[in-house]
Amino acid sequence: MRPIYRGRNVPEAVRKPPVHTVAGMGTTATHCAYCALQCAMTLTADAGGRVTVGPRDFPTNRGGLCQKGWTAADLLGSPERLTTPLLRDDRSRPFREASWDEALDVVADAISATQAAHGRDAVAVLGGGGLTNEKAYQLGKFARVALRTKNIDYNGRYCMSSAAAASNRAFGIDRGLPFPLPDLAETGAVLIAGGNVAETMPPFMQHLTAVLDRGGALIVADPRRTATADRATLHLPVLPGTDLALALGLLHLAVADGHADRAYIHDRTTGFDDAWRTAAQWWPERVERVTGVSVAAQRATVAQLAAGARGRGAVILTARGAEQQSKGTDTVSALINLALALGLPGRPHSGFGCITGQGNGQGGREHGQKADQLPGYRKIDDPAARAHVAGVWGVDPGELPGAGPSAYELLESLGTDGGPRALLVHGTNLAVSSPRGHRVAERLAALDTLVVCDVVMSETAALADVVLPVTQFAEEDGTMTNLEGRVIRRRRAVAPPPGVRTELEVLTELAARLDCVAAFTADPETVFDELRRASAGGVADYAGISWDRVDAEGGVFWPCPSADHPGSPRLFADGFPTADGRARFVAVEHRPPAEDVDAEHPVYLTTGRVLQQYQSGAQTRRVPALAAAAPEPQVEIHPDLAGRNGLADGDQVRVVSRRGDAVGRVRLTTTIRPDTVFMPFHWGGDQAVNRVTNPALDPISRMPEFKVCAVRLERVGTS
Amino acid sequence: MTRFVVVGHGMAGSRFVQELRSRDPGRRFEVTVLGAEPEAAYNRVLLSSVLAGSLTPAEIETVPSAWYAAEDVELRTGVEVAAIDRRHRRVLTTAGEHVPYDHLVLATGSRPWVPPIDGLVGDDGELDRDVVVFRTLGDCRAMLNRLSRVRYAIVLGGGLLGLEAARGLAGRGIDVEVVHPADRLMERQLDLDAGRVLARTLRGLGVRVRVNARAVRFTDGWGGGGRGLRLDDGTRLPADLVVVACGVRPSTGLAAAAGLETGRAIVVDDTMTSVTDPAIHAIGECAQYEDQVYGLVAPAWEQAAVLADVLAGGPARYRGSAIVTRLKAADVDLAAMGETDVDEFADDLEVLRFADPARGTYQKVVIRDDRVTGAIMLGGPETVGAVTQLFDRASPAPADRRALIFPGVVDAGAALDPADVPDEHTVCRCNGVTAGRVRAACEAGADTVAEVAATTRATTGCGGCRSDVAALLASRSTVEVPA
Repeated sequence: MRPIYRGRNVPEAVRKPPVHTVAGMGTTATHCAYCALQCAMTLTADAGGRVTVGPRDFPTNRGGLCQKGWTAADLLGSPERLTTPLLRDDRSRPFREASWDEALDVVADAISATQAAHGRDAVAVLGGGGLTNEKAYQLGKFARVALRTKNIDYNGRYCMSSAAAASNRAFGIDRGLPFPLPDLAETGAVLIAGGNVAETMPPFMQHLTAVLDRGGALIVADPRRTATADRATLHLPVLPGTDLALALGLLHLAVADGHADRAYIHDRTTGFDDAWRTAAQWWPERVERVTGVSVAAQRATVAQLAAGARGRGAVILTARGAEQQSKGTDTVSALINLALALGLPGRPHSGFGCITGQGNGQGGREHGQKADQLPGYRKIDDPAARAHVAGVWGVDPGELPGAGPSAYELLESLGTDGGPRALLVHGTNLAVSSPRGHRVAERLAALDTLVVCDVVMSETAALADVVLPVTQFAEEDGTMTNLEGRVIRRRRAVAPPPGVRTELEVLTELAARLDCVAAFTADPETVFDELRRASAGGVADYAGISWDRVDAEGGVFWPCPSADHPGSPRLFADGFPTADGRARFVAVEHRPPAEDVDAEHPVYLTTGRVLQQYQSGAQTRRVPALAAAAPEPQVEIHPDLAGRNGLADGDQVRVVSRRGDAVGRVRLTTTIRPDTVFMPFHWGGDQAVNRVTNPALDPISRMPEFKVCAVRLERVGTS
Repeated sequence: MTRFVVVGHGMAGSRFVQELRSRDPGRRFEVTVLGAEPEAAYNRVLLSSVLAGSLTPAEIETVPSAWYAAEDVELRTGVEVAAIDRRHRRVLTTAGEHVPYDHLVLATGSRPWVPPIDGLVGDDGELDRDVVVFRTLGDCRAMLNRLSRVRYAIVLGGGLLGLEAARGLAGRGIDVEVVHPADRLMERQLDLDAGRVLARTLRGLGVRVRVNARAVRFTDGWGGGGRGLRLDDGTRLPADLVVVACGVRPSTGLAAAAGLETGRAIVVDDTMTSVTDPAIHAIGECAQYEDQVYGLVAPAWEQAAVLADVLAGGPARYRGSAIVTRLKAADVDLAAMGETDVDEFADDLEVLRFADPARGTYQKVVIRDDRVTGAIMLGGPETVGAVTQLFDRASPAPADRRALIFPGVVDAGAALDPADVPDEHTVCRCNGVTAGRVRAACEAGADTVAEVAATTRATTGCGGCRSDVAALLASRSTVEVPA
C-alpha cells in the first residue's frame, strides 16, 4: 500500500502565482465570464481593486454585452466569495475554516484511503464546460494519471453531447460552428432548431439582424414564441419532443419539392438513399399531425432555405431545444441530413452549426474531460491515441484507464455497490443541473467524500465535505475556445483574494501529495504548451496555437497543426475529415419522447434559460443586479391552461412529475403552446426544475431529456 | 419457432413486419411475407407525388430488399394466395404451394371499385385500354407511360384519390375534368359549401369539376377518331384517358371463403385478431373494427403496431383511430376531420365558420363539450396544425375560439405610440432597461441614443431596441433624433 502523504512539502515553483496579465493603463482585454459567445470586454481595475466592465469590439459580439456581461465583475468582490478552504468531519455539522495544507491533506488522504480500500475507480471526477482549456486538460490528465480512474465526465454531457455525437458521425469532426460567426450575417436564410439566442447570448442577434435587414429569412422552431422567434420571419411552434419528426419532414419536402442538390449529394456525401427512405415516410401532412407545424409552414421553411442556398447561402443551427432529448443525437443528424441535401456544408456563408452553450463548452469537450476521450478529441480506446498521449504524459499507455460511464450514469452509480465512493467536482453545480434532482442528492449523500472547487457556496458545495475556493475569470490566465472554434485568451485583471487558488494549483498540489510520477504545473501557459503536444495529430489539433499567436492574431481557429499553419476558420470547403472525405447522411427514425402526457400528468414541461441568469445560477444569482431582475423562476403558462388549473398571474405554482416537484411563479403568456409550460432551471432547492425533469438518456450521447416530460400543475398560493 | 405468414406487402403488411422485428431482437419468430405485387414495398401515399412528377417510383420504396436479408425475413413478391386452410394452418398459393403458419396476418388491403358503366370494362373482363384505376405503383406507371398521348382526361370520382390524380394530371398540362355523382366533392368529409369552394379552387388550377354527374358510357366515335364519355343528361365529354377513382372494396375474399366472419371487411377485436379464428389477424383496409373500416394509412400503421406488440406478448390494444383526411395536391391546402356536416345551430354544438370563397378559403370548426370534434380547413393553412392536434388529442379548445381560425388575432394589439408606452415597459431586454429609465436618462440630459446607452446600457446588447429608444427620445423632444 502507498504511504499517505500529510503536510507534504510542495515545491515553491508550484506555488508561485502565474503572471501573464496583458494590462496597460490599468485595463485588461479579456472575455466574458459566462456563455460560449465569449463577448470581448475590457476590465478596468481601480486602485482599490474594484473592477468595472466595458464592451470591446470583437467579431463575435461586435461591441455588444448583455446584462450578464456588464455585471460580470460584480461577483469578484462579492461578500459571498469563498476565500478559505472549508472542511467538516460530519455532514450534519457546519463547515469550519481550514488552511490549504490541511484541506489538501484531507483530500489526498481521502483519495488514497478510498482507492486503497475500493480500487482506483472508487474516486470519480466531474468537470465543467466553463473551465479553461488548461484546467479541462489538466483535470483529465489528473484523473487518468494521478487518480488513474476511468470515472471522469463533465457537465457538457448535459449540454453539447448530442450535437457533438451527430457532428462526429456526419462530418468526422465536432466543431460547433464550421465558420466564423460574421459569416452568419452574410447568409440568406437561417433555421434555428430549438435555440433562443436573443435571451441566452443577446449580442449574437446582431448577426441575425443583419440577415433580416437584408431581407433574408430567419426561421425558428420552438414550442414558445421566444424573444428570438418573435424576431423571426417564420416561427414553427413545434410540440415538445417532436423536433425529429419535423426535421424528417423538412428533408422529405426538400426532395419532393425539388430542392435537393443532387450534384452535391452525389459528389460530396454518402448514405443519402437510406436517409431518404426514412424521410420518405414523413410526408408533410403526417409531420403536421405529429408536430403541430402546418404543412404550409414546413413548405415555406424548405423553400426559404433552398432560396438561400441558391443565393447568398443558408445555415441550419441547432441548440439545446432540439438536442436535450432522449433522441437528441438523431434529431441533430436529421437536421444535418437536411443541410447536406440542400448542399450547404462547405459552401460560402452556408452550413450546419451547433450553438455551443457554456463558456468553454467547445474546448472543454476536446481535451480529455469526457469519459471516452483523451486530449485532441482522441478516443480513449484507440491504441494509437493512448500511446501518443501516454508519451506526452510520460506514463505507460497500459496504465491509462479505459472509457468510463457518462455523467448521469456516473452520478447514478455514486455510493452504490462497486460505484465510486469519493467525488471531485470542478466547475459544475450538478445538484441543480442534473435531471431527477432528488435522486442525485441521494447519490451525493451516499458518498464517503465529496470535494467541490467553487467560487461561491453553490448548492453542490453545500453538500460537500471539503470546499476549496478557486479563482474567477478575471483572476486567472488561460484560453477558452468559443462557439466558433476560435481559441481566445482569458486574461488576469486582478489578483484573487488572499486564500483563493487556481484549480491548476489545486491539481498540481494534489498530484504531488498522491506521489504522481507525471509532471503537473500550475503555470497555465506551460499547461497549454503541453496540451498542444498532447493534441498534436488529433482531430482537435492545437499544436500550432500558442498564447503569443492568440494574442497577436486575436484568436486562432483549430485545427491548427503547426506554427506556420494559419488555423482553420472555415471547414469543409475541400472535403470532410472522414475516411473517404465525404459527409455521411445518417438514416434516423422519429420516436416519441420517453414520457408522454396522460390523465395524471396532462401537461408538457419544457425547460430553458432566462437572460439574467447563467446555468445553475450559482454565480448570477449572487450578482445583485441580476438577482433583482430575475429573482425567482417564472413558470410560463398560457392563459387557457392557467384558467383550467385555477392559476392566475403571479400565483405560486407547483410543477409535479413522477420524479419530483418544483415551485415557481406563474407568468401568463400567449407566447407558449396551451399544452406546454416552461420553467427555467437556474435555481436550486424547491425552485429547481431539474427535480422534475426526466433522466431518460439518448442512447448515443447519453444526454438526458431535459426538454420534455409530463407534469401536472398545482396552485400553491397567491402572491 | 413461431411461424408468421403475412399476406399482403403494402403499407400495412410491410409496416407490420418492421414493427414485429423491432420487438423481436432475439429472432424468435420465423417470418414470411407473401406479396401479390411484383414490386418492393412502396409508399402508396406518395403515388400522387409520383403522378405529379415530384418523386420517382424508386424514391417511394419503403423497405430496401437488404433489410429483409439482414432481418432474416423471407419476402416473396409476385406470389398470390388462393386459399386459407385453417384446419391445417396453411395457405395455398395460386402456384399450388402450401405455406404453413402459426399466425396468419391478412393485410390484403382493398381493390378499386369499377362502377358498372358501359365501356369501362371489355368483354374479356379487363379494363379498356384507355381506362385506368389509380391504386398501385403499376397503375401509376401505366398512367405515366401513356401521358404523352393524352390530351383530355376524365377522372371518375371526386374523392380524395380522384382529386389527387386530377391535380397531378393537370400539373402535367393535361385537360382534366372530374366527374362526380354526389352533390359535392369529397362528400364524406366536406359540407356543401366546402365542396363548392374546393371546386372553385381546383378550377383555378386547371381541373374542371362536374358534380351530380353520372357517366353512362365510354365510347368511340368522338370526331377525329377520339373517344369520350357520355353522361346521363346527354352531355358528351372528350376523353383519351379515364381514371377510375370511385372508391375501394376491402379484399376479403380469402377470409370469407375460409369462413372468417366478415362484414364490410374482416371483423377483428381489439388485438386485431379475427373474431372467428385466434390464429388469424387482419390489419389495414381489410380489417373491420367496431364497424369501422379505415381507408387511410395512419390507422393501418397504428393497427400494425398494436398487432406486433400483441404478438410479441405486449399489452397494446387497439381503440380505433381518429381520422384526419389531408388532400395531397399541390397548391390546395385541405384538411378535414371528424364531424363536419352538422346542424350549425344545434344546442350542443359550437360551430365556427369563416368563408372567403373568392380566395379559396373555407374554415369550419365544430366544438362539442369544449373539444374540437370536427373541422374543415381549406385554404387557411396557418392553424391547421394546431386544430389537428386539438382534435387528435381531444385537448380543450382555446378559450378565445377565434384562435382556431385566425392565427395571432388574440395577441394582436394596436402598436403603442412611444409617448404612451408605460414606464414599466421593458425597452431593452438585454439589459433590462425600462421606458421609465430611458425617460429618466432623457430628463437627465441625454439627447442621443448613444447618450442613453452610456447611462442605461440600453441598446448595448443585441442592438434590437435602437429604434425604440430613438422613438422614446423623439417623443420627449421636439427635435428629430436619428436612430
